[in-house]
Formats: sequence, structure tokens, C-alpha cells
Amino acid sequence: MAVSAAAPDPHDAQRPAPPAPRAVRRRPLDPESQAWLGRLQATGPGHDAAVAELLALLLAAARFVLVRRRAQSASFPREELDDLATEAAGDALLAIMARLDEYRGDSRFTTWAWKFAFYHASETVRRRSWMGREIPSEDAGWSTLARDSSPERALEHRELLAALKAGTEAALTPHQRAVFVALALNHVPVDVLAERMGTSRGALYKTLHEARSRLREYLGTSGSPVALWWTTT
Amino acid sequence: MIRRRRTKLEGMDIRRRVLGPTQPQLTCEECFAEIDRYVELEAEGVDAAAVLPQMRAHLDGCPACNEEHDELLAFLVSR
Repeated sequence: MAVSAAAPDPHDAQRPAPPAPRAVRRRPLDPESQAWLGRLQATGPGHDAAVAELLALLLAAARFVLVRRRAQSASFPREELDDLATEAAGDALLAIMARLDEYRGDSRFTTWAWKFAFYHASETVRRRSWMGREIPSEDAGWSTLARDSSPERALEHRELLAALKAGTEAALTPHQRAVFVALALNHVPVDVLAERMGTSRGALYKTLHEARSRLREYLGTSGSPVALWWTTT
Repeated sequence: MIRRRRTKLEGMDIRRRVLGPTQPQLTCEECFAEIDRYVELEAEGVDAAAVLPQMRAHLDGCPACNEEHDELLAFLVSR
């Protein structure tokens, strides 16, 4: 599987990254957000207390995600929930402290901070649920898609799948094809695939977007009426 | 007429999943940068998709970002 050069993940505070430019505020900060920022940027006991308060908020957000995800799929044992929440909240706190200068005040500070907890908790669950699982093969992806057809549209569906498959072979690079098959056909979570391929979520989504554009273009010129309908309606 | 409409919707589901949205859209990094503002607008009842149309397109095409969006919004609304 061809793999592109790894791009720095902007969410990972542990990887070296170029210094981000100080954010330009679009509107004045509300008093509560201003207070959070001031305490977190200060030094001394006030700073330490603010960090502890923030960590508690992040932990609540991470638990919210983990409880919901576990209720949906039971992808990890209940006794791991607290440890996973603590880990996700800790990762979120590190990322926030490394990126405080990027807070622009477009939302309340707590909303801005919570998104880091949601990002890390969601990623934790997705990676945990794919732990030890192989990335499905291309054939498995096409088979899954073929099964989604209703009986009355089977012929049309087969024609479309044939055009799509021909498109992935003719119009995509090996890397684009591998990414498209994993994400669009086999529903591998983008962060799981990024971890396995040693790249970033953003780089993979960009590749998927390019692959989809090329496929649409291919289908539009393939001469297949079904494929043409698919790309123009 | 009814039969045709149903078929088209079925086709659209697969099409959206495989080929994604056709509209211009944000990258994952840009989505992350804007998502706090976006969910606050939604929680306030503002048509956030009209304010940031490229965000909606990205969420339609990226299950991971969409999942985080849905949960952040649910969390804000629940508080």
C-alpha cells in the first residue's frame, strides 16, 4: 500500500509543529472566557487552580462521549471507561495548553476547550474498537457495496458498481485507491487508518476528496447512463 | 412516480456514501477550527449551515468529524 509522507497532526500536542500565528479575534471576549484565558496564561496558584478546573470540565466531556459510544456499540469494557476518559481528558488538556494562543473568541472558551475533549475521546473509542482488527480488503469493500442493492435495482446497481470499480482502477493512484476503498467502501474510521498508515486524518481526508473528484469525473465521461445520472442528479 | 422517487433516494444514500458531497468543503483541520462556533450557532437556533455552508458539506462527507459535531452539539444542548 503506497503511503504518502506523514503530515503533522495539528491536534497532537506531542508532535513538534511550527509556532501558530497569534489568533486575530473576530469579536471581544465575553467576561467568563476572558477570565479563563487570563488565569490559564498567568503563573502561580491561580493558574494551577484553573488547570485543575479545566481538567474536570474536560473529563466530564470525555465521559459524555464514552458513555454514549459504549451504549451504542459496547466497543470497550465498562471498567475501562474511567481510564479512557482520563487519558482523553489529559490529551485534550495538553493540546489546549499548547494552542491557547489560537483561541479567537468565536465561541465561549469552554466550548472551544470541549471540542478538544470530544476529538480525543472520539478518537480513543474509534481506535479502541479497531484494536487488533485488520483493515478489510478491497474485495470485501465491493462485496459490502453490492449487498446494499435492492432486488428491483440489482441490474442498475451492478452496472454502476462495474463503472465505479473501473474508475478506481483507471482514474486513481494506488494511494488514492487504497484510501478510497478503506474509507468510502469499508468504513474504516479516518483516524484509525491515519494511525495505521503513519499519516494524519486531514491528509487522508484530502486524499479521499481528490479520489472522489476523480471518480466523479471518470463516471461523468464513462458513457454509462447510470453512472452519468449518478454524477449529475 | 412513487416508485421512481424511492429508488432515487436509495441511490442517493449509496452515492453520498461513496462519492461524498459535491459542494466545496472545508478540510478536517478547518472543520476543527470552526466547529465550536458552528455548534454554538446551532444551539442558539441560528441556521449555521447558511453561515458556514462549506462546514455542512464537510460534515456530510466526513463521518469522524460528523460524529464529533453531533456529540458536541448534544453535550451543549444538554447543559
